Amino acid sequence: MFFIGIYGFITRKNMIAILISLELVLNAVEINFAVFNRYLFPEQMEGMFFTLFGIAITAAETAVALAIIINAYRCIGNIDIKNLNKMKD
Amino acid sequence: MDPLINLILFGCLGIAILALSVMAVTAKSLLRSATYLLLVLICTAGLYLFLNYHFLAAVQISVYAGGVLVLFIFTIFLTSNKGDLLERHKIRKYIMGGLAALGGIAVAAFALLKHQFVYGNNTTIEGDQEINMKIIGEALMGTEKYQYLLPFEALSLLLLACIIGGILIARKR
Repeated sequence: MFFIGIYGFITRKNMIAILISLELVLNAVEINFAVFNRYLFPEQMEGMFFTLFGIAITAAETAVALAIIINAYRCIGNIDIKNLNKMKD
Repeated sequence: MDPLINLILFGCLGIAILALSVMAVTAKSLLRSATYLLLVLICTAGLYLFLNYHFLAAVQISVYAGGVLVLFIFTIFLTSNKGDLLERHKIRKYIMGGLAALGGIAVAAFALLKHQFVYGNNTTIEGDQEINMKIIGEALMGTEKYQYLLPFEALSLLLLACIIGGILIARKR
């Protein structure tokens, strides 16, 4: 799943599609944390809290990224990354 | 639960997650891609339930499926043009992406198969050892070792900064 996300990250052009791939990657990492916590150290819960904080940080990051995308759309008119090579015009 | 049923359930969840994430990455329209992402996230919550992390499953559903996906769909509707389907890259880009993914899978599989895991001292996973809410709350609100007040507060600050930043970036000039 992580590597499917990486594949999507490389091969998509649209910025929202790239963000969706990024969500897949982060989700895979969080599953890994939870599973390793459960199967290797079942009496502790550090992995679970790491997953919890990871979910919250992912939500924050997504909100900021989508705000940037909306702003870029307003400036340029579409959201392909190849049109987005100048910061300011 | 019966171990066989457990195994079947886990297999179904895993296969569903893998197939749906492939579809989310390769789907033609963005809205469909976001829907597949939603299904992947719900299946992940099912996986957490399967591991007896009930709190984590609830957080996953409410934050991801409730919050992040609504944001995604909102943005897709705001920024989509008329005939805005999947544009083609050069074929070289696809080959590079596939090679990177396959190489990564190979490295991860090598590490997984090579390494001998030391299991925790209670290997009976199937018992109902759900962490109850009192322990979670005390661990979130304490300041001693293995307690998480400081990250919790830092995270709340991050969320506040992110709200302000999002408004500032996305508002009309």
